[in-house]
Amino acid sequence: MKRLLAVYAVCAYAFLHIPLLILAGFSFNASKFTVWQGFSLDWYRAALADRDLIESAVNSLLIATVSTVLATIIGTLAAYALWKRSSRLFAGSMYLSLVTPEIVTGVSLLAFFQWVFRFMNLRLGLHTVILAHVSFSVAYVVVVIIARLRTFEPVLEEAALDLGATEFGAFRRVTLPYLAPAVAAAAMLAFTVSIDDYVITSLVAGVDSQTLPMVIYALARRGVNPMLNAVSTIVVVALGVIVLISERLRSA
Amino acid sequence: MTRLRRLFLMPVATLMFATVFVPLLIVAVYSILTRGAYGGVESPFTLENYSRLFDPLYGSIFLRSFWIAAIATALCLLLGFPLALFIARSGRRKNLYLSLVILPFWTSLLIRTYAWMFLLRDTGLINTVLQAIHVIREPLPMLYNEGAVILGLVYGFLPFTVLPLYATLERMDKTLLEAAADLGSTPWETTWRVTIPLCAPGIRAAAILVFVPCVGTYLTSDLLGGSKTILIGNLVQNQFTTARDWPFGAAASLVLMAVATLLLLAVGRRGEELV
Repeated sequence: MKRLLAVYAVCAYAFLHIPLLILAGFSFNASKFTVWQGFSLDWYRAALADRDLIESAVNSLLIATVSTVLATIIGTLAAYALWKRSSRLFAGSMYLSLVTPEIVTGVSLLAFFQWVFRFMNLRLGLHTVILAHVSFSVAYVVVVIIARLRTFEPVLEEAALDLGATEFGAFRRVTLPYLAPAVAAAAMLAFTVSIDDYVITSLVAGVDSQTLPMVIYALARRGVNPMLNAVSTIVVVALGVIVLISERLRSA
Repeated sequence: MTRLRRLFLMPVATLMFATVFVPLLIVAVYSILTRGAYGGVESPFTLENYSRLFDPLYGSIFLRSFWIAAIATALCLLLGFPLALFIARSGRRKNLYLSLVILPFWTSLLIRTYAWMFLLRDTGLINTVLQAIHVIREPLPMLYNEGAVILGLVYGFLPFTVLPLYATLERMDKTLLEAAADLGSTPWETTWRVTIPLCAPGIRAAAILVFVPCVGTYLTSDLLGGSKTILIGNLVQNQFTTARDWPFGAAASLVLMAVATLLLLAVGRRGEELV
């Protein structure tokens, strides 16, 4: 049975990884068609010269950076407070935001923004995308930080308080340093979910805030294009590195 | 402490209130309003948006969504359980094998879906190869149908199943397996009669955690299903964009939300620790 399981696992891993490997392989293909005609970096050159792609990638990086910083700060504070004393209301609403179908989150945020715009002279744009991203990535941060806090000894904080630290001082100089790896890991996860999101982003983005996934999506719908393979390969490798580092930090 | 705690909770409370609670409330109100002449919303209040969901045209979209999600979930469990079992029993290499599941879990769903478009379409790799070796003459229509959507969902959500199943298997009391073996049970019998029944709650939780996003999928069905395979997610998106019938779209998304919430309440606390 053990051997059979191992054989099965090889097949399952092949199923999970081979489609992406093939996709990446063909990004180096000299031909435009799915026939191998020799190695070439032309599609990478084409991707890097494409203005839509570059502009949207810059937007995506900007949105991901700002929303990651905000979500990490808000989420870390929230996780600490909820660890002190849990709250069913907060735990429930975090959980709800993690499991709400993306399309529902997207349309409800769209409806919300349009409703707010009745009273304010604003339009959809980078700011609405950033707000949406902070909103859906905060729960990931809370989950990661709370997991780390479960291994923290509260006596360490009590010792700091006994020695004259203020509550905030104890948090900043004792608990926060302990949480540092988890905070970094959480930030990386928030960054990946932000840079990767299409469904919610496409609903709340304005004309000047196209993100990389939106451009990829539009290209994919138009059909297969080797340039898209090149972009995909870059994104997958970059995200993969971030995820692996984040996993390391979490298990450290 | 309570003051610091309250201060720390302030930002998240504001955020959740403004971007989760209020938007859902607005959607709930819109769902009982009438569609405006220019795509907005107008009074009077009505329940017509909900009754329209029972129209056979839309009812079939709901049924199809549940059906496709159910098949995808069943396949995910069937394929995911042995993999989780393999990882749980792989000793020292466990972390490596886990990373190989976690990696696709966090990699772009959009790009992983595009990978299947690349493989399945008429001039895609599979058809090209099959034609080159003269197995088929005409390309097989593999893309833009329900099968492609199910394949895409299984591919996308298999890691979602493996991780909670693995967590359940890890927590299991292993001495029970030894006891079964001592009493003369073969490994297969033990798996079937000890491991699986003991993991039943975990399996149930994993099933719901996969079923919910599958029912609400938008991206997979749009890219791999084409215009013929409309699911609830696509219906909602369409009402809010092209069709500009926000009240109807709001009613559909509330129903979707209600289904998701009810199912997840059934997992309850067990689900929370699995996230």
